[in-house]
Amino acid sequence: MAATDVEIARLPANIEMKRPARSLWGDAWHQFTRHRLAMAGLFTFLFLIVFTLFGPLVYHTAINVIDFNVSLKGPSPEHPFGTDDLGRDMLARAILGGRVSIAVGITSVLVAITLGLTIGALAGYFVKLDSPLMRVTDLFLSLPILPLLLVIVYLFRDSLRAAFGPELGIFLMIVGVIGVLNWMPVARLVRASFLSLKQKEFVEAARAIGDPDSRIIMKHIIPNVLSPVLVAATIGVGGAILTESTLSFLGLGFPSDVPTWGRLLYDAKDYLDIAPHWAFFPGFLIFLTVLSINYVGDGLRDALDPRKTS
Amino acid sequence: MGRYVARRLLIAIPTLIVISFVVYAILALAPTDPLASFGADPRVPPEVRERIRESLGLNQPWHVRYVKWLIAIAHLDFGYSFMSRSPVIDLIWQRLPNTLAVVGVAYIIGVLLAVPIGMISAVKRYSVFDHLSTTFAFIGFSVPTFFTGLLLIIIFSVKLHWLPFIYDSTLKVTSLSTLGDQIRQSIMPITVLALFDTATIARYTRAEMLEHLPLDYVRTARAKGLKERLVVLRHVLRNSLIPVVTLVALGIPAVFGGAIVTEQIFRVPGIGELLVRSIGQGDTPVVAAILLIFATLVVLFNLLADVLYGVLDPRIRYS
Repeated sequence: MAATDVEIARLPANIEMKRPARSLWGDAWHQFTRHRLAMAGLFTFLFLIVFTLFGPLVYHTAINVIDFNVSLKGPSPEHPFGTDDLGRDMLARAILGGRVSIAVGITSVLVAITLGLTIGALAGYFVKLDSPLMRVTDLFLSLPILPLLLVIVYLFRDSLRAAFGPELGIFLMIVGVIGVLNWMPVARLVRASFLSLKQKEFVEAARAIGDPDSRIIMKHIIPNVLSPVLVAATIGVGGAILTESTLSFLGLGFPSDVPTWGRLLYDAKDYLDIAPHWAFFPGFLIFLTVLSINYVGDGLRDALDPRKTS
Repeated sequence: MGRYVARRLLIAIPTLIVISFVVYAILALAPTDPLASFGADPRVPPEVRERIRESLGLNQPWHVRYVKWLIAIAHLDFGYSFMSRSPVIDLIWQRLPNTLAVVGVAYIIGVLLAVPIGMISAVKRYSVFDHLSTTFAFIGFSVPTFFTGLLLIIIFSVKLHWLPFIYDSTLKVTSLSTLGDQIRQSIMPITVLALFDTATIARYTRAEMLEHLPLDYVRTARAKGLKERLVVLRHVLRNSLIPVVTLVALGIPAVFGGAIVTEQIFRVPGIGELLVRSIGQGDTPVVAAILLIFATLVVLFNLLADVLYGVLDPRIRYS
C-alpha cells in the first residue's frame, strides 16, 4: 500500500507536464505516415535508390560482357532480367541505368528549384523586379519544351562531349537543359506566396526591428514557402526522369555506352517481337519510380496542407 | 474585353519575336554545319561547297540572316527544306492531317472521358469508383507514353496479332473495310495518348469539384430543394469547369509536343515525326519552322485560355 502511494506521488514528477514538442514538419510527417499509398511510394522509391546504388555490391555480373551464345534470352537464373542482342546482362544494365536516371531526375530538379526559388523570391519581394522577371517567366513558358530539348541536345552534345567526356558532358547538358526549361512553375508559385506573405505582420515586425531584406527573405519568408515548393520538387523529379527517358528513347539522350532506362528501351524497341523482356524491365522500372514519386508527392501535398487537419 | 484582347495580341508580338530569336540563336550557334552531309562526301570540291553556301545565303553575317529570316517568316514563308528541297510549309501541311487524326482525336476522347470521371469521383469521394479512378489517373501520368506504346505493341500486335503496329498514312478511307483498317491502326496510338490526357484532366476536374462542393452556394442550392443531380450538374460542375477549360486550352499545344514520342513509336508520319527526323538530318529550316509554329500555338492558346476564363467567369474583370 505504502509503496503504491509513493509510486503515485512520484508519478507526476516523472511525467512532468512536458509533451513532446510538435513542429510543422513533425506534424506533416505524422500526417504523411497515415497516407498508406504515399508510404508505399516512399518505401518503393527508397528501395529503388538502394537497389541502384548498392545493387552492384550484391549482384556481381558485369554490364558489358558480350556473349553471343546467350543473346536475346528471356529471364533465367543466371540472367534474372534476360539479355540483350549482344548477350549482355540486363539486370546489371538496369541497375546502372537506374542510377543515371534517378541522378538526372534529382539533380535537374535541384537546378530548377534553385532557379525558380531565386527568381520567384526576387520577383515577389522587390516590386521593381516583378514585371521584368515575370515577363521572362512567361516567355520561358511559351517555349515548346520537349522539341526545344531535342534540338539543343542534338546540336550541342558533340561539343559538350568533347569538353567534359562522354558521360559527364551529356549528364551536365541534360540536367542543365531540363533544369533551365522547368523552373517557371516554381517561380510563379514562390512569387505568389511572396506577394501575400510580405504583407503579413511577422514580416513587418522583422522589418521594424531592422532586419535587412536578405534576412527577411531567407529567414522569414522562404521557410514559409518551402512546403509547396517541396511538393512541386517531388513531382518534378518524376517528370524529369520521364523527360530524360523520353530523350534517351528518341535516341537523343545518353550514348549507348551509358545505359539509362530510356536508352535501354530505345535499344530494345526493334526487338519487341523476339525479346519483349528487354523492353519490359527498364520500362517497368521507369513506371514504378515515377509512380512511387507521384504518390509521395500526393502524400506530401496532403500532409503539408494547413487547411487539412485531422 | 475587346481592348483587352487587342492589348494581349500586341504583347504577343514581341514575345514571338523574342522566341524566334531564341530559336534562331540556338540553331545558329550550334556547331553543326548544315552542309555536313556534303562534307562527308569527298567528291564535292571545296569551291563548290562554298558556292552552295553562298547560294543558301550562309556566308552572310548571322544578324543579316536573322532579319531576312524573320521578314520571310512574317510573310509565312518558311523557306525550303535542305533535304527534300520542297517548301517547308508544304511538308507541314502534308503531315498535319496525320497528327490531327491521331493526336486531336485522342485529346477529344481524353477530355470527354475525363470530365465525367473526375466529376463522379469527386461527388462519390472515397467510393470504390473514386479509388479506381485515382489509381488509374496515377498510373496514367506515371507511365511513360513510350512504355505504354511498346506494351500495347507487344500484347496486341506481336502476341495476339490483332492490330497493325505501323500506321499506314497512305490508307484512304473509301469503303467500310478501309474505315475498319483506319480504326484498327488508330486504336493503339490514340489509346496511348488518351490515357495520359484523361488522367491529367480527370485529376484536375476532381480537385476543382472538391473545392466547390463544400461552398455556400451549393448548400443554398440544396436548401431550396433542388435535386442533387441538378445541384451537381448545373451548379457545381459549371463552376468547376471554368479552370478545366483553361487547362484544356493550355494543353492543346503540349499535345502536339507530346505526340512526338507516340508518332515515333507507331511510325505515324506527323509533325512530331517530321521534327525528330529533321533534327537528325540537320534540316534547319524545317526544325526552325516547327519550333516557331509550336511556340505560336502556345502563345495563342495562352491568350485563348485567358480570354475564355474571363468569358466564363464574370468575376474576372479585365483592366
